[in-house]
Amino acid sequence: MVWALIFVALAVLFVAFQFDTAFMLQWLPFILAGVPLTILISVLGILLAIPLALLGALGRLSANPVFNGISGFYVSFVRGTPLIVQIFFIYLGLPQLAQYAPGPLQNLFILGTITSGVLALGINYGAYMAEIFRAGIQSVGHGQIEAAQALGMTRAQTMRRIVLPQAIRVIIPPTGNEFIAMIKDSSLVGIVGTQELFFRASKIGRQYFQNLETLVVAAMIYWALTSIFSYFQGRLERRLATGYVRERGGPHGH
Amino acid sequence: MGTEARPVVSLRGVRKTFGENEVLKGVNLDVAPGEVVVIFGRSGSGKSTLLRCINLLEEPTSGSVEVAGIRYEAGQGNRRKRNTMREIRSRTGMVFQDFNLFPHLSAIENVIEAPITVKGMPRAEAERLGMRFLEKVGVAEKRDEHPIRLSGGQKQRVAIARALAMQPEVMLFDEPTSALDPELIGEVLAVMKDLALESGTTMVVVTHEMGFAREVANRMAFMHEGNLIEEGPPAELVGGAKDPRTRRFLEAVL
Repeated sequence: MVWALIFVALAVLFVAFQFDTAFMLQWLPFILAGVPLTILISVLGILLAIPLALLGALGRLSANPVFNGISGFYVSFVRGTPLIVQIFFIYLGLPQLAQYAPGPLQNLFILGTITSGVLALGINYGAYMAEIFRAGIQSVGHGQIEAAQALGMTRAQTMRRIVLPQAIRVIIPPTGNEFIAMIKDSSLVGIVGTQELFFRASKIGRQYFQNLETLVVAAMIYWALTSIFSYFQGRLERRLATGYVRERGGPHGH
Repeated sequence: MGTEARPVVSLRGVRKTFGENEVLKGVNLDVAPGEVVVIFGRSGSGKSTLLRCINLLEEPTSGSVEVAGIRYEAGQGNRRKRNTMREIRSRTGMVFQDFNLFPHLSAIENVIEAPITVKGMPRAEAERLGMRFLEKVGVAEKRDEHPIRLSGGQKQRVAIARALAMQPEVMLFDEPTSALDPELIGEVLAVMKDLALESGTTMVVVTHEMGFAREVANRMAFMHEGNLIEEGPPAELVGGAKDPRTRRFLEAVL
């Protein structure tokens, strides 16, 4: 009901400010063509973030001081610096180091915009998600670990066979949220010239000096994308919640 | 009571401190093959800690633990210690008060997990073996149910099958009926009795079930403030205890 009113109000403004709908429709396909790249960057980004988050979480939980220190630094540094700085660092900063690398390795320092973007997003989100993974791992009760150890399992076997499969149920829903957030943050990768959704919208906007129109189009597409994924994420969350109740006596609740 | 046979479990001078608190004060205990030893005593007397020292879920502060000829001594180097602990654990089965079944696995998967992961047994063979033990404890028809769908008594019986599937030299029971509703205690005790009397399983049992102890135990050992202060066959101990503390406890619980 409230939403309906908001839409009516927006529609009135829309007419009052003489939005150029024809212009918007004309460029809609061009802007939409950025969607696959937006999704590609986000999917690759999250696929990179997941193993980094797992390593980060295991490191933070590890008794090994080196492993613990490295992952503590990773999480702290990455969470303490802006994503846009990280993107520029990888895209513009790394090539400067190439001159110090031996010849065949130099190309590793000079990365394309998409690769830079995926790396930056993956590394950035990995640091945030490390805390999610850590919480998930810690949600598995100590009795589970003791039971596995009493059967003679090694620590690695216990983690792989007993702890992680249970932690995943706790980890998946917030990871879905992170993916949705990443779809929005992937627009930052447009700033270094990746032809994704936001880049295309702002390019046309500036070119014809009709930024408002193209930005509205971009915003609507982002909104549609995140709504679609939120819907699936909600269903997944409900599916994980049913048919699974923690054993009595488990020390950690939700 | 085959006292000539080499003991399956042999504890010598086992001390365990938690901070300032000395929970075990130098305990000696031998368990012969096929023997059933019940450890009883007030809560907080250290009986669970003693049991957990046998499979090294608690590491003794000093003293030695020998299980099936594998010797652990407090103060061994880290790597060596970890191997010894694993070897001892894979030869002992433990049943916990809170069951600690793996909630993400079905009954049969709970049972075959360790034979496959720890012993490297082929899955088909492990399943045959696992079914034999599920039958033995009377829950074969629940093979594909997850723990959440089992009653407390069924859970504990699956947990017993899980421990048996490693074909341990000794079974450790840590108050196996304390978390059960009164009407479910009988079915678990019946399984334990069958293991002791029919299968000749070597067992160390921490329990408050004095009826079970009198009927099944070869030997009862009274734990008081971190020491085993008196032990003997149930027929001698019950009604004939020499130590007044043992007498007082038995009078109170019987």
